[in-house]
Amino acid sequence: MAERHVDQLSGTETTGHEWDGIRELDNPLPRWWLWIFYACVVWSIGYYIAYPAIPLVSGYTKGVLGYSSRAEVQKEVAKAKEAQSEYLSAIEAASLEEIRTKPELLEFALAGGKSAFNVNCSQCHGSGAQGAFGYPNLNDDEWLWGGSLEAIHTTIMHGARNTQSDDARVSMMPAFVKDGIFTRAQAGQVAEYVLSLSGNATDQAAAAEGKQLFQDNCVACHGEGGVGMTELGAPPLNNNIWLYGGDKETIVESISNSRGGVMPAWGKILDAPTVKQLTIYVHSLGGGQ
Amino acid sequence: MTTETEIAQDPKTAPDITRHDVEAVNKSENRSLYKKRVKIHPKRVWGTFRKLKWWIMAITLGVYYITPWIRWDRGLGNPDQAVLIDFPHRRFYFFFIEIWPQEVYYFAGLLIMAAVGLFLVTSVFGRAWCGYACPQTVWTDLFIWVERFVEGDRAARIRLDKAPMSVSKAVKRVVKHAIWLLISVATGGAWIFYFADAPTLAQDFILLDAQPVAYITVAVLTFTTYSLGGLMREQVCTYMCPWPRIQGAMMDEHSLTVTYKHDRGEPRAPYKKGETFENRGDCVDCKACVVACPAGIDIRDGQQLECITCALCIDACDDVMSKIGRPRGLIDYDSVAAMNARIEGKPAKLKPIRFRTVAYFCLWAAIGLFMLFVFVGRTELDINVLRDRNPIYTKLADGSIQNAYTFKILNKARIERSVFLEITEPQGARMKVVGAADTEPAMTALFDLNPDTLQSFRLLVQMPGDMIDDEATDITFQLRDMSNGETATYDSVFRAPER
Repeated sequence: MAERHVDQLSGTETTGHEWDGIRELDNPLPRWWLWIFYACVVWSIGYYIAYPAIPLVSGYTKGVLGYSSRAEVQKEVAKAKEAQSEYLSAIEAASLEEIRTKPELLEFALAGGKSAFNVNCSQCHGSGAQGAFGYPNLNDDEWLWGGSLEAIHTTIMHGARNTQSDDARVSMMPAFVKDGIFTRAQAGQVAEYVLSLSGNATDQAAAAEGKQLFQDNCVACHGEGGVGMTELGAPPLNNNIWLYGGDKETIVESISNSRGGVMPAWGKILDAPTVKQLTIYVHSLGGGQ
Repeated sequence: MTTETEIAQDPKTAPDITRHDVEAVNKSENRSLYKKRVKIHPKRVWGTFRKLKWWIMAITLGVYYITPWIRWDRGLGNPDQAVLIDFPHRRFYFFFIEIWPQEVYYFAGLLIMAAVGLFLVTSVFGRAWCGYACPQTVWTDLFIWVERFVEGDRAARIRLDKAPMSVSKAVKRVVKHAIWLLISVATGGAWIFYFADAPTLAQDFILLDAQPVAYITVAVLTFTTYSLGGLMREQVCTYMCPWPRIQGAMMDEHSLTVTYKHDRGEPRAPYKKGETFENRGDCVDCKACVVACPAGIDIRDGQQLECITCALCIDACDDVMSKIGRPRGLIDYDSVAAMNARIEGKPAKLKPIRFRTVAYFCLWAAIGLFMLFVFVGRTELDINVLRDRNPIYTKLADGSIQNAYTFKILNKARIERSVFLEITEPQGARMKVVGAADTEPAMTALFDLNPDTLQSFRLLVQMPGDMIDDEATDITFQLRDMSNGETATYDSVFRAPER
C-alpha cells in the first residue's frame, strides 16, 4: 500500500501514487455509476438463470427460457422458405418462357438464380459468369450447346460428358495427331486455315493447304466455313471467341490432342425450381436467344 | 483542508496521550461530490411575459399533439396523414411534400437552417429559445402549473413540504404525480403517431395490438418527460444541456437579455410608504424576482449560466414597481452596451442590426433559398445507373462489345407512366432489356413504371467493334416521359478491351 496522502487544495485523499509530482485524487465513484453497476450485477444473475451462460465440460447450462441462437436461425430460415414457397411452386408450374416474361417471377428467378449460381457454378464459370480457360463465358452470345431457354435448361439438368446422366451432352473431338489422322505439319496447316476463318491467318499458303484437310475432316461437326453446330457442341471457329485460346499454338494443341470439357448433371443435385431459376439467370446474362 | 491543533493536555486524562481536534478527511459524509439539490418553489406571477408564455405553451403543445391527426388526401391507396414518417415504406410525408430516402439532404438542410436560425435568435434576443420554446421549458412550465393547481402557490407548497405526512398531503402528492404521469404518457403517446397512421395506431395501441416498439417508445418518453419535467427541471438546463455552454459564443454586448438594471436599482433598500427615492436606487429588495425564478437564482447578481431568460422576474418586478409608483422595467430586456451607455450618461440605444446578426441572417437565408431552389427544380423522374464490373465487358460473336448496366428508375409521381430510354451519346449503340418480350437489341427501350416506386432493370448495351476506339467511352443515357417531356439523364462509361 502506498502512503496515504491528502491533496491540500481539495482536501481529498489521493491514490498515493505520484507521477512527476502529479497525484490522482481518489474521488469516490459517481453514485449513478455505482447504482448502474449494482443493477448490472443483479441483471446478470437473472441472465445466468434465464439464458445459456456457463460453459461446462461437455456442454453448457441451457437456461430456463430454453433460448438457442441456432434454433432462432433455423426458425428464420424456415420462415424465409415459407415465404419463398409461393414463388417456388409458381416457378415449378410455369414454363421457362412464362417465367422470363412475368416480371414478378422473373425478379424472383433472377435473384434465386444468381444465388444458386454463386454457390454451385461460380467455381468454374467465375462469379460474373465470365468463364475461364476451358470454361465458357456465359455472358456472350456464343453457345456450345445452344442459347435458348430450353437448350440452357437441358445443359444444366444433364451436364456434359459426365457419367451421372444418360442424357448428358456428349460429343468427342478426335485427337487428330495423337490418333494418327494428321501429321504435325498438317495440323499446323489446318490451324492456319481455322485462323483465316476469323481473319487472323498469317500464312496464307499454309491456310490454303489446310482448307482441304478441314473440308475432309472438320466440317462434319464445325460446319462449312467453321460456323459451328450446337447439336454436337462444336463451337464456331469463325469469330474471335475462343474457349481455349485463339493463338496458333493453342489451336494446334486443340487439333492434335482434342478438347472436351466436363460439366456435372445439376438435375441430380439441385431441385427442379432451382435449375429453372439458374436457366433464367444464365439466359439473362447477355447472350440468351 | 485540515488544520490540526494539539489540544493542551488535560491533566485529568492520562499523560502521554495527545488528543487531536481533527476530523477524518475521508469521512463518508465529506465524500459527496454533489451539491444536494435545494427544491425550488417558483411563485405565480401575472404580466405580459407570463401571458406570452401561456400562449406559446398552448401553441407549441397544440402543434405537437394535434399535427399527427391532420388528414391530407393523397388519393386512394396512399396515406392520408398530413405529417407522417413512414419507415417501412421509406417515405416522409409533409402535407404536399413527399420525401424519398435519396432526398434526405432536405432534412439536413432544414437542420442546418434550424441551427443557424437559433444562432440568429440568440445573437439578437439572447436565450429566447431556452426561455420560451424549448420543450424542457414548456413541459416544466406545464408541470409547475399542475403542481400549483394541486398543492397551491409557493408558500402553501413550502408548508406542505415541511408538514409531516398526513392523509391530505398524501392525496395531494398522489394527485400531482398522477396528473404528471398522465401528461407524460400523452407526450410519449403523441410521438408515436408521427410514425404510423394515427387513428389506426391509437386503436391498436389501446387494444394492445400495436408493435412492441410503440409501447417501448411510449414508456421511454413517459419516463423522460416525467423525470425531466417533473423531477429534474432546472437541473436539466444547468447540468445536462450543452446549449447554455455554447450560446455564449453567439452573444455579444448588444444581445438583448433579461437584465437587472443595477445602474437604476442600486443602492437597494427597503421602502416604506411615503419615503422618497432620492439618493437611493429603485430596488426595494422585496425579492419578488427571486421567488418567481424557476431556476432559483437572483437576477440582481447579473447574468448567470442558470438563467434561461424566462422573463418571469420582469413581470414580478413590474408588478412591484407599479405598486410603489416607480417606472416599470427595473428588470427588463436590455443589453450590456445599453447599460454601459446609461452609466456613462450617453443615450442608450439597442442595436439589433449588426455584423454578427446580418451575417447569421444572410447565411440562414442563403441556405433557405438554395434549398427552395433545389426543391422547386425537383423532378419526379430519376435514374441511377450502375455498370457491371464482373465481367467488365463481353466480346460477342460478331465482334461487337457488350456492357451490362443495372438501372434504377425512380418514378416519384403517383401515376403509372411509360418512359423511353435512349442513348444520346454515342450514336449507334443498341440495347436490350433483360426480361423484355423482344430479345433483339434496339436503339431505344420502353419502360412501364408503376406509380411511386423504384424499379430495377438490367440493360445490355452493345456497340459494334469498329465504333469503339478507346478502352472507356463516355455514354449518356436519357430517360424521357413522352406525355410531359420530363427527362432524366445519367452519364456513365462503356468499357472495351485494350487495343
